[in-house]
Amino acid sequence: MTSVIGAPNATETRIITKRLRDRPEDSWTIDGFTQSGGYEALRAALKLDPEAIGAEQVAAAGLRGRGGAGFPTGTKWSFLPKGSYPRYLVVNGDEGEPSTFKDRMLIESDPHQLIEGIAISSYAIGCNLAFIYVRGEFALGFERLVEARRDAIAAGFLGTNILGSGFDLDIVIHRGAGAYICGEETALLSSLEGDRGQPRIRPPFPAVAGLYAKPTIVNNVETLSTVPHIMRMGGAEYAKLGVNKSTGTRIFSVSGHVNRPGNYEVELGITFRDLIESPELGGGVRNGGKVKFFIPGGASSQWLTGSDEHLDAPLDMDFVQQTFGVMLGSGAVMVYDETTNPALVAWRLAKFFAHESCGKCTPCREGTGWIEKVLYRISHGYGRPQDLDLLLDVGDNISPGLNAPFSQTTICPLGPSAVSPVVSLHKFFREEVIAMCQNNASALHVTAADSGASEKGAGQ
Amino acid sequence: MAFTPENLLLAHEILARYPKTKSAILPLAHLAQDQDGRLTQDAMREIAGIVGVTPAEVLGTCSFYTMFKRDEVGRLVVSVCTNVTCLVMGGPEVLEHLEQRYASDKDVTIEEVECLAACGNAPAMQVNYEYHESLTPGSATEIIEAYKAGELTPRGVSGGLVGGGQG
Ligand SMILES: Cc1cc2nc3c(=O)[nH]c(=O)nc-3n(C[C@H](O)[C@H](O)[C@H](O)COP(=O)(O)O)c2cc1C
Ligand code: SF4
Ligand code: FES
Repeated sequence: MTSVIGAPNATETRIITKRLRDRPEDSWTIDGFTQSGGYEALRAALKLDPEAIGAEQVAAAGLRGRGGAGFPTGTKWSFLPKGSYPRYLVVNGDEGEPSTFKDRMLIESDPHQLIEGIAISSYAIGCNLAFIYVRGEFALGFERLVEARRDAIAAGFLGTNILGSGFDLDIVIHRGAGAYICGEETALLSSLEGDRGQPRIRPPFPAVAGLYAKPTIVNNVETLSTVPHIMRMGGAEYAKLGVNKSTGTRIFSVSGHVNRPGNYEVELGITFRDLIESPELGGGVRNGGKVKFFIPGGASSQWLTGSDEHLDAPLDMDFVQQTFGVMLGSGAVMVYDETTNPALVAWRLAKFFAHESCGKCTPCREGTGWIEKVLYRISHGYGRPQDLDLLLDVGDNISPGLNAPFSQTTICPLGPSAVSPVVSLHKFFREEVIAMCQNNASALHVTAADSGASEKGAGQ
Repeated sequence: MAFTPENLLLAHEILARYPKTKSAILPLAHLAQDQDGRLTQDAMREIAGIVGVTPAEVLGTCSFYTMFKRDEVGRLVVSVCTNVTCLVMGGPEVLEHLEQRYASDKDVTIEEVECLAACGNAPAMQVNYEYHESLTPGSATEIIEAYKAGELTPRGVSGGLVGGGQG
């Protein structure tokens, strides 16, 4: 190993994952929750001026959305038009970004923490009816939330006149039905209204006209699960964690060819190398191998490689965006060792985007299909050396300039996301891909035996 | 089959939760699918009546979502992930094996799906939306056989617990 900027023995900083790690046997129950300090932050918040919570706590904490875009949460709340009611809080629990598995864990293992965050946030923004949009496939997560809501009402943490404060709140728990695009906030709202889950043109932004055309805040599960801890610690204190404008902790879902795949909550600012190699985190590449490339931020992001420059980059949302044009996005880090055929991974991503395109815009609907077909032939032994340039041309029609952060000819960023794997292949694996095409080399056949070597991690 | 009296009551309870009734289409479609084993034309017509929209609008919405099975499926719907983590951890091999093994078994429908948010224990699958992780072709087969033999109790085809899991 070469230069190490971060601590080689980086460890977790457990704030929102503390309870579910400390008491896995009952972290999702109301008793497990209240016995470990749960709902105390709500009790304290209800004594404060609602406006002060957004401005003096959440904004001061520097909290930024954990759903993908990293938008400052306090700023988003401040966009709600004054005096316009009813207004809604909609929780984005649709987690479908490939290789992201943190929200599912938070929903299944600490649903009351989310409900407490929703209650505090609803009080802060003046909302009396909140919605949790849970990914349809999360059958257990849905049940846990239904039970948690029922128990919270019975204990007086939800419902009318919560803890004697005069504040009322109910939560509708709503299941999706299988469509990645419903994670995009305007598509999510359409889906929640009972329509096909297709994104809407902005403006108007949801904060002005969202669910049922009323002012609406959409926030991610992890974002809202953090709110009780900001109240508990104080915004200024929370802001001391992390680095620059990436404050606090985030859960990173580490998967692929590492010895210890799993969810790790770490302080922002440690490096990708720490996350992938530290014995208490990813535990290094399986079989003592090396990182060939990794995808930070979920499938939509461009890739990074096993170079020191990339591995030693800090987990800082702005730094990685400005320096490498990649994003921390949803907090997924997929690691691939040197046995991996990057064209095969790019093809599978393209297949995903082609399948999930909602079909509303032509460049995305048609372009994602083209990208998928050309990447299929490249990765399965039928490619032509000029195919990579053909792909860049198709990509340029969806995301002119092929830069990150991307420009778009489409209503939502899904179309441009499908271009990320293409640009990444071009940047880092151009010669390998062209050689593959010249040799008609077919895809590596991946077997379960290949993967059996990796010691299973904590699971979630 | 029309909603049972019990489910009809639940359907109206669900309807009452939303400021606008059309929002109830998805939850009612899940309820119907758990009851009937798929989402039938009749169910969509009944849902349209309850919600107060046309049957075409219910179809228009439901046909967008992959979880709603408008064609016949088995009692067990097995969803195998082959997305980019499962891809390099043996997911495609699990899928191929199960597709061959259950090709002519009417009880079991095998489908390929996108990331299930279980990548920490890839490869993963769901049986009627119950998770099974860290699979091999052999262990996946054993799990399905355990459902078939009644050693494991499946959820409904929409992932609800039999008898009111859509609450
Ligand atoms: C195609 C697409 C899929 C998305 N999927 C999710 C998702 O599953 N969960 C999520 O929280 N945000 C997702 N987002 C981001 C949301 O649009 C939105 O920015 C986020 O929910 C806002 O919450 P936050 O500010 O707390 O991050 C997605 C965005 C796009 C373009
Ligand atoms: S970019 Fe793609 S997914 Fe997004 S609205 Fe357009 S067609 Fe739909
Ligand atoms: S890639 Fe298979 S569960 Fe995520």
